[in-house]
Amino acid sequence: MARRALPIGPAGWLGAGSASLVLALSFGTLGAVLARSGGWGVLGPADWAAVRFTITQALVSAALSVLLAVPAARALARRQFRGRGLLITLLGAPFILPVIVAVMGLLAVFGRSGLLNGALGALGVAPVSIYGFQGVVLAHVFFNLPLAVRLILQGWLAIPAERFRLAAALGMGPPEIARFLERPMLKETLPGAFLAIFLICLTSFAVALTLGGGPGATTIELAIYQAFRFDFDLGRAATLALAQFAICIAAALAALRLATPSGFGAGLDRRARVQWGADGAALRIADALILTLLSLFLLAPLCAVLAAGLPNLGGLTAPVWFAALRSLGVALASTLVALLLALCLALGIVRLGGGRGRALETIGMLALAASPLVIGTGLFILARPFANPATLALPVTTLVNAVMALPFALRALLPAVRDEDEGYGHLAEALGMRGLTRLRLVTLPRLRRPLGFAAGLAAAMSMGDLGVIALFADPGHATLPLQLYRLMAAYKMGDAAGAAVLLMALSLMLFWLFDRGGRVDADA
Amino acid sequence: MTKTDFSALMIAGFLAAAPLAAQEKPVLNVYTYDSFVSEWGPGPAVETAFEAVCGCDLRFTSAGDGAALLARVLLEGAGTEADVVLGLDTNLTAAAAESGIFTNHALGPVAFDLPVDWDDPVFVPYDWGYFAMVYDKTKTASVPADFKALAASDLKIIIEDPRASTPGLGLLLWVKAAYGDRAGDIWAALADNIVTVTPGWSEAYGLFLKGEADMVLSYTTSPAYHLIAEDDDSKAAAAFSEGHYLQVEVAARVAASDQGDLAERFLAFMISPAFQSIIPETNWMYPAVIPPGGLPKGFETLITPRKALIFPADEARKARKEALAEWLAALSR
Repeated sequence: MARRALPIGPAGWLGAGSASLVLALSFGTLGAVLARSGGWGVLGPADWAAVRFTITQALVSAALSVLLAVPAARALARRQFRGRGLLITLLGAPFILPVIVAVMGLLAVFGRSGLLNGALGALGVAPVSIYGFQGVVLAHVFFNLPLAVRLILQGWLAIPAERFRLAAALGMGPPEIARFLERPMLKETLPGAFLAIFLICLTSFAVALTLGGGPGATTIELAIYQAFRFDFDLGRAATLALAQFAICIAAALAALRLATPSGFGAGLDRRARVQWGADGAALRIADALILTLLSLFLLAPLCAVLAAGLPNLGGLTAPVWFAALRSLGVALASTLVALLLALCLALGIVRLGGGRGRALETIGMLALAASPLVIGTGLFILARPFANPATLALPVTTLVNAVMALPFALRALLPAVRDEDEGYGHLAEALGMRGLTRLRLVTLPRLRRPLGFAAGLAAAMSMGDLGVIALFADPGHATLPLQLYRLMAAYKMGDAAGAAVLLMALSLMLFWLFDRGGRVDADA
Repeated sequence: MTKTDFSALMIAGFLAAAPLAAQEKPVLNVYTYDSFVSEWGPGPAVETAFEAVCGCDLRFTSAGDGAALLARVLLEGAGTEADVVLGLDTNLTAAAAESGIFTNHALGPVAFDLPVDWDDPVFVPYDWGYFAMVYDKTKTASVPADFKALAASDLKIIIEDPRASTPGLGLLLWVKAAYGDRAGDIWAALADNIVTVTPGWSEAYGLFLKGEADMVLSYTTSPAYHLIAEDDDSKAAAAFSEGHYLQVEVAARVAASDQGDLAERFLAFMISPAFQSIIPETNWMYPAVIPPGGLPKGFETLITPRKALIFPADEARKARKEALAEWLAALSR
């Protein structure tokens, strides 16, 4: 973007400001832990085995999620059917569930006494085991496939309708559309989606351990956990956290180098509907099949969670409902912070462009590789001289949840901001439209859809995240996920299942409201 | 709502939550694990009972589980605000004692109802329990009588990871205490019985109740919960002839506390009937001193192990390293 190799400008400064906050939270907290420990720790062979396992499972999980998401997103993009909107919303559910709830749902379907093995047993087929490497990958695909579908679907919907019309007018069939429209879009979208999912799986801990079947499935995060808790070896924890960041940065650089802008140019913001060129019965059947399988895979475990929890929903006591209110507050506040950060960062990345832009983009992804335990402990060390950590529990949770949601919000916003800049940048400049005026009249209207999606995602993630609250816990101010764990710890598994349904419903409601808000007039 | 409005609301919320009268009373800060302070744990009842007699404000601060609690206290070091730390177990007390953060209690000799002798000058037990493999009587007919029989059976079990969870560490030390140098062989034989290893007790117990395994590592007191709270007598703990490893949960005074007298009174209260009678049906453990009213009805149905196994605190720490290496070697194969 040499055409505007201007001084950094307000967008650049805002972007740099957001990036500094992310850096402070990720490396600042790591620094605090390190300073407290007095030096780096030494990694043993078991730690290196954990590093290897972590990378392998994250690579396989991310690759599978993204590969499976492409046909699913394509089917969703080119088909209209009743309940499509609902399906898209529901598909977001696995991603926002607390791990323990999602795992219970998965086991109800794929577990030893789950539906699948029940059906296989009835047919006289040997049972399949979910535990082991396959279980870890299955769970990660379950969590992240919906995210991949949504991110890629955004890409499809961002192709201006005019391009599809033109393709239809030129008599292009699916192969040509794939070559001229879809592949360039995928080349821009896939690396980012892959990266995001790779990084999520990188810091996985509870899933890997619960379904891994044994100590062979040890991730870096577990090693950090162990170093903190039983060994109290802060130096080793810091070293492991740094290894996690190093992997993140290497992956981000590789993925962002692969991504190439699609360069579709601007359109009139109409949505592509039927302009898909030739469409045969075979294609229609294939799409229907893909969507059915996707729905079954993602929704069956959710139905299991519902079935287990609904009967207990009415029996939930006041503390659980108050916790739900508290979680809603935290979710809304952190959504606001996350959106502001992501918008500043995205504008900064696009306006700065080049190497500086890529640096900002990499920083924007860093939070994904941050260990919640390190962030929490680092913040604790930093905050303690000034305030009682318990009184900071909710504000800190809000901030950390916002930064954790930032990478996703950024992934959703960035392509749209980039298109806006390329499509309308010259025009806006020529009209002398700058700063807030341009943001209000040109940029934000163009970002409605991704902003709504990003807000929904941030709100839902914040709702479901146990996050750092467990470390700062203030007994009287538990959030809903913490309350859910407390119910389980008190043997009240039934009530915990009820709380899980409440959590799922609230998360989905927030996601739907924001996402819907972003799409409200998008069909014009 | 802007961020400032929100924080202002939060602050207002915190202020409203702190009773005004509390400002004048002395405050006793007790650090404990999270499930202790939950609405379903002993915390709320203990707070009410102690505040009724102490003329003070008892404030709980919670941190994850016992191991997270110790990590938090070590992190805060000598400058900790805690006056009392409640919720460590004997596998953690060696590291806690070494930190120099804690000081001797002044309770004098107490007649604890523990299966082992107790004369620690610093750490005061408030409850205890035996680890045990818990199963469903309606589903499992032949119950193994020891770890060897369990390993030889085709029963499926779920255990907790000793690197992440205190019960997991308890099982590790149980096998080590029972089998010493042969512990590695036992683990190798158990490998094909283990369905999975979970990060904590909640996950393991949840999976067990979902039917993912025949047995789960829990406590001999677990069936009491189902019997008393759910009127369900289908759960039972398997009695193992090697003996069962003991978990003793303790509390101690912080040396640097400026509320030494109040902290001492709290420890005395902790072993009194008012506190001890709350324990069985909230923490689902045995009280360290059985209150005059005895144990709740239903506890008499629980198994009583023939032998209590436990490593002294300093040996537990040494044994952990070795046992963990054996465990990893046997299960990573």
